[in-house]
Amino acid sequence: MLDNLQLLFVWAPIINIQIILEGIFVGAVFALSAYGLALVWGVMNIKNLAQGDFVIMGGYLALALSSASVPLPFIVLIVTSVMFVFGWCVYVVMIKRIIDQDMFVSLLATFGLSLLLQQVMNLIFGPEVQTIDMQLPVYDAFDNMVTIPSSKIISLVMAGIIAVCVVLFMKKSRTGQAIRATAQDARAARVLGIDTDRVYAFTFAFNAALCGAAGVLVSIIWVIQPFYGITYSVRTFAIVTAAGLGNLPAVIGAGFGIGLFEKYTGMILGTAYEVAAPVSILLLVLIWRQISMKRNRQVVQ
Amino acid sequence: MKTRRYAAAFGAMMAMGIAGAASANVVGDTITLGSSISLTGKYATNGLHTQRGYDYAVQVINDAGGVSVGGKSYKLSVKYYDDESTPARGAQLAERLIQQDGIEYMLGPYSSGMTKAIAPVSEKFGVPMVEAEGASRSLFTQGYKYLFAVLSTSEQYLATAIDMAAASTDDPSSIKVALAFEGDPFSMDVRAGVVDKINEYGMKTIIDDQLPADLSDMSTTLTKAKALRPDILIVSGHSKGAATAARQIDEMKISIPMIAMTHCEAAKVQEKFPNASNGFLCPTQWVETLSKSDAMFGTAAEWNAGFKAAHPSYSSVPYQSAQASAAVYVWKEAFEAANSFDQDAVRDAIAAIEMETFYGDIKFSENGNNIAKPMFMRQIGADGTYSLVETFDDMVFPRKVDY
Repeated sequence: MLDNLQLLFVWAPIINIQIILEGIFVGAVFALSAYGLALVWGVMNIKNLAQGDFVIMGGYLALALSSASVPLPFIVLIVTSVMFVFGWCVYVVMIKRIIDQDMFVSLLATFGLSLLLQQVMNLIFGPEVQTIDMQLPVYDAFDNMVTIPSSKIISLVMAGIIAVCVVLFMKKSRTGQAIRATAQDARAARVLGIDTDRVYAFTFAFNAALCGAAGVLVSIIWVIQPFYGITYSVRTFAIVTAAGLGNLPAVIGAGFGIGLFEKYTGMILGTAYEVAAPVSILLLVLIWRQISMKRNRQVVQ
Repeated sequence: MKTRRYAAAFGAMMAMGIAGAASANVVGDTITLGSSISLTGKYATNGLHTQRGYDYAVQVINDAGGVSVGGKSYKLSVKYYDDESTPARGAQLAERLIQQDGIEYMLGPYSSGMTKAIAPVSEKFGVPMVEAEGASRSLFTQGYKYLFAVLSTSEQYLATAIDMAAASTDDPSSIKVALAFEGDPFSMDVRAGVVDKINEYGMKTIIDDQLPADLSDMSTTLTKAKALRPDILIVSGHSKGAATAARQIDEMKISIPMIAMTHCEAAKVQEKFPNASNGFLCPTQWVETLSKSDAMFGTAAEWNAGFKAAHPSYSSVPYQSAQASAAVYVWKEAFEAANSFDQDAVRDAIAAIEMETFYGDIKFSENGNNIAKPMFMRQIGADGTYSLVETFDDMVFPRKVDY
């Protein structure tokens, strides 16, 4: 561990650039699926444990399309539309029935959905690790100490574009306003003529589409396997808990923060601890929240 | 009265059932072996390779006259169940094979993990099991008496890579080694063999990272490797480890002169990352160019040609199928040597086997692992082909890679 710290700050500080870049790439992907989760959680109070599996599903759809040599921009469009429709169907079949139930029902139901998706993907695509190799050039700098594959740059740009679109959509469009209104007070929204059932369906489908977009990016820059969803679920939960619901800039910030934290932990403690990093952040945030809220807490007599 | 009559009828049925079960292993002129194998789930691909290897051997042996015991010739057949790649299911099915189907001789499942789940069951009932796909060293430290494996154990997988690195210089202790291993039992075994060798030569381990089970990114390990410039990088994390490593070695333009990893073939790194995988060293249990042969299957090349003819879909035959065939062959030899169907007599015959096969020599240690066959090392060439590397002189060093 001491060796690794020395390496970072004394022997080869240049590799910090590589790690920061990796962290940013990771964070961009996390931020997308985390924002989807924050929406669903905030608007419908559904904690979607199948979030990571939606991401992987998007990845496999992208894989199937790319093997049919569809160009990347179309892959993103097709995958997000397919996932949107899929999300809508899941809402109608399942989520609609559990939305008024307590928390554990939503956890159990979405956990079941997660298992189902894993097994179906395993049946269709097989258990092998797969990836989309776009054969794009890799840029390097500082005597090959820092390498940046163009696939990661493209995915960062795409994540940025999608994030901007989402922000504008939520702020400006009627549907975005309806979603925000429903999140604030579903009953009042209903009184004012908003079809909250439709808003819920749209929100869930929108989340699935965001996950699908994240999945496309994952399959371009890393590898996918039917059972990898859980790591993405854990990361998105950590990000949303750290950032709080309904706060988009915070979610994006937390996404990048956790991405960087993960990479530095991996560098200093070893790659195996990278997966543990977001969980430890989650724990720290919960402890800190507990302490800071204690000040405001009063005894109810 | 009525109840008693039912009870009597039930008793008679039970007795018939038991009698039926007890003779199910050898009925008429057929000897039935049992196997729980992964035909669905995460091991499905390799499970199928294994099953095809078993079936091919059974077919060849039967066509050549079968197994001769007590002057009579018997045909072999295998009863399969799909264990869905889950250890608990595998153990259940092994029990079902033995107790309900009356199987007295078993062939192994696919993977060390599944074998670990099934071995205690076959051991409990005293059913001999010849397995071909569980390489973990920990299988052979439990004192199992009825478990035999035709393949080399996992600590031998990458140890020869260290030998080759040592041969690349006059002073082996100057070699810097980078290790990246997953934390599962198989990879930890592979690591133990490598670490023994490293200590033997007095080499220096400069990176020793454990990889997570859900491995999709090992860029931090590779970043370190770039900064510290090791002489050899060793990776083991099943197919996903090989795929991730090859992908990121390519992306990060890693130019370490020697890179060795397990599961290159399974992850098809030579097809997916032809540039980066040029020069990778990959261990294998068996090569079709091996100069070993037997009376049943002929040479390694002949077995290979025969298997390809039976399954034209393979462009190159996985070693999993070859070793599966070898396991069936061990059964034939054991029945004939024991000249009996008594489980313990057959078990002792297996333990005493010493034979040359197309798959290599087979001789079991007291713990049941095959100690007569070495592990082989192959190197991926610029054109994506694998060539056998027996000593350092056969190998391309440093690897010729041009990003």
